[in-house]
Amino acid sequence: MIEISHLSKNFPGEEGEVPALRDVSLTIPDGDVYGIIGMSGAGKSTLVRCINGLERPTAGTNVVDGCDVSLLRGRALRAYRRQVSMIFQGFHLLMQKNCLQNVCFPLRLAGLDRRAAIERGMELLDTVGLADKAHVYPAQLSGGQQQRVAIARAIATEPKILLCDEATSALDPTTASSILRLIREIQEKHNITVIIITHRMSDVEHICRHVAILDGGAVAEEGEVAEIFSRPRSDAARRLVFPQGEVVLPPLADTDARYIRVVFNGVSATSAPLIARMVKERDIVASIAAADTRSIGDRVYGSMILCVGDGRLAASAVEYLNAHPEVHAEEVTARV
Amino acid sequence: MFENIFTAEAWREAWRILRPTLLSGIWETLYVTLLSTALAIVIGLPLGVLLVTGRPGGVRPLPRALMRFLNALINLLRSIPFLILMIVVFPLTRLIVGTVIGTAATVVPLVIAAFPFVARLVESSLSEVSPGQIEMAQSMGASPFRIVIGVMLPESVPSLISNLTIALTTILGYTAMSGVLGGGGLGKIAISYGYYRYKYAVMLVAVVCLILLVELFQLIGTRLASACDKRQKKNG
Ligand SMILES: Nc1ncnc2c1ncn2[C@@H]1O[C@H](COP(=O)(O)OP(=O)(O)O)[C@@H](O)[C@H]1O
Ligand SMILES: [Mg+2]
Repeated sequence: MIEISHLSKNFPGEEGEVPALRDVSLTIPDGDVYGIIGMSGAGKSTLVRCINGLERPTAGTNVVDGCDVSLLRGRALRAYRRQVSMIFQGFHLLMQKNCLQNVCFPLRLAGLDRRAAIERGMELLDTVGLADKAHVYPAQLSGGQQQRVAIARAIATEPKILLCDEATSALDPTTASSILRLIREIQEKHNITVIIITHRMSDVEHICRHVAILDGGAVAEEGEVAEIFSRPRSDAARRLVFPQGEVVLPPLADTDARYIRVVFNGVSATSAPLIARMVKERDIVASIAAADTRSIGDRVYGSMILCVGDGRLAASAVEYLNAHPEVHAEEVTARV
Repeated sequence: MFENIFTAEAWREAWRILRPTLLSGIWETLYVTLLSTALAIVIGLPLGVLLVTGRPGGVRPLPRALMRFLNALINLLRSIPFLILMIVVFPLTRLIVGTVIGTAATVVPLVIAAFPFVARLVESSLSEVSPGQIEMAQSMGASPFRIVIGVMLPESVPSLISNLTIALTTILGYTAMSGVLGGGGLGKIAISYGYYRYKYAVMLVAVVCLILLVELFQLIGTRLASACDKRQKKNG
């Protein structure tokens, strides 16, 4: 379990200290897939670097499995870091070493002899689907393949925690999701704790259970992915969930018309024609003024703005929609 | 001053002088250069490593005062002209080698002149290693020593070879210069047998040999550096 409490980190700047993290408190249970999402410069990398002790916090504590990381020094710190692996946006493979040698690097650090390291290294390359590239140099691999080698290397010493700092940000969306799938597979197989740092919503949607939204070094919002994505409360979360900007609805031309905001909080995709059924069953004429929904697994999350022509029916529509357990509907004014 | 080298007589005379001396001169130059470079690397490589790892923010920061001292010492040694350095270290040379004249004696000032240069070249090669790779090794719990041995040095091998080739050719130049102050080899042939005795043909041959040696070292160094570099090669 990772227990971060009141963590702050300042960097010395041109004019005094610059805060990168402000009073961050998070608890990440064992075996969780935890997303940390935020705009560039939000302090995400600084936070993970604090978790594996590459950075020392200015204030606060970071306790991993009962041990305060910021108190560790020298040998003890290095031993701790072997439990916490990291993969990076830039892969950071050794370019003068072949894939097998790259994967063997942490094994040799952990004290395995050459033969044992090679044997285990080959197994690991097989796990990530690159057994045939063992003797190829990283420069000859694609970005996705390089990241796979980096993943094999990261899990070589069977760490308890895997930190992924923008691990898919340099990759195209298809490759990115295959890497995320691989991370998920490894997570499930070894039941390790995975922390995914990203600035992309889609990464978190793919595999995370919990997410923290970091904004200006502080946690803006934290909780279950589905909950936060369907009903973002903080401005930072809204900016991420609605990257095109908030939905600003035109003032209603017809004084009778009403807007209804419908939030889908994990409606199963098969009950999706909900709006159509409402139109049919209740005879309410409604149009979709704005929609931003997404599917996570086989469930639909997000929100939609309906415009109901006859205001007297708005209450009926809200009641109809709210009858569905995973839907929340409410009447709203023009600004949503 | 060169007009008399175009006579057949001048070349016959040059041949008389060069026949017994040229091969041994080349050999002496080669062995002094290679030995001095090797010894300069023995001192300069660890020093260059320290200059990178000991920086504030390096993998093993050293006290700032120590770093300032090392940098000042290197700058001082590098700023003394080689011939003056040779004279300054004569007492040390005599202490170590027993004499200040001859091929072996020049190794002492050569190493003293070259190791700070090698340290700077190593520093520049190691500085090219990406901070990300060092961070990767740190995140795996590698000790500073393992980072140097396992990441910094192997990753900068091509650059180290290129830079050490520069060191080798520079030391070759110093070797030749040492001929002025009693050093042996091609420098002695060019200066003592050629220039001082107005046998310019002799000097010319010795200089051409030096040029060929530099070309040869450079060619080998460049080839080796690119052969070692795994970053571009296809189907390695
Ligand atoms: N070593 C450092 N020295 C000074 N400032 C830093 C350092 N590392 C990060 N920062 C600053 O801290 C803030 C957060 O950086 P970072 O954690 O890298 O953000 P993110 O990963 O979310 O993009 C930024 O403003 C950045 O400039
Ligand atoms: Mg970052």
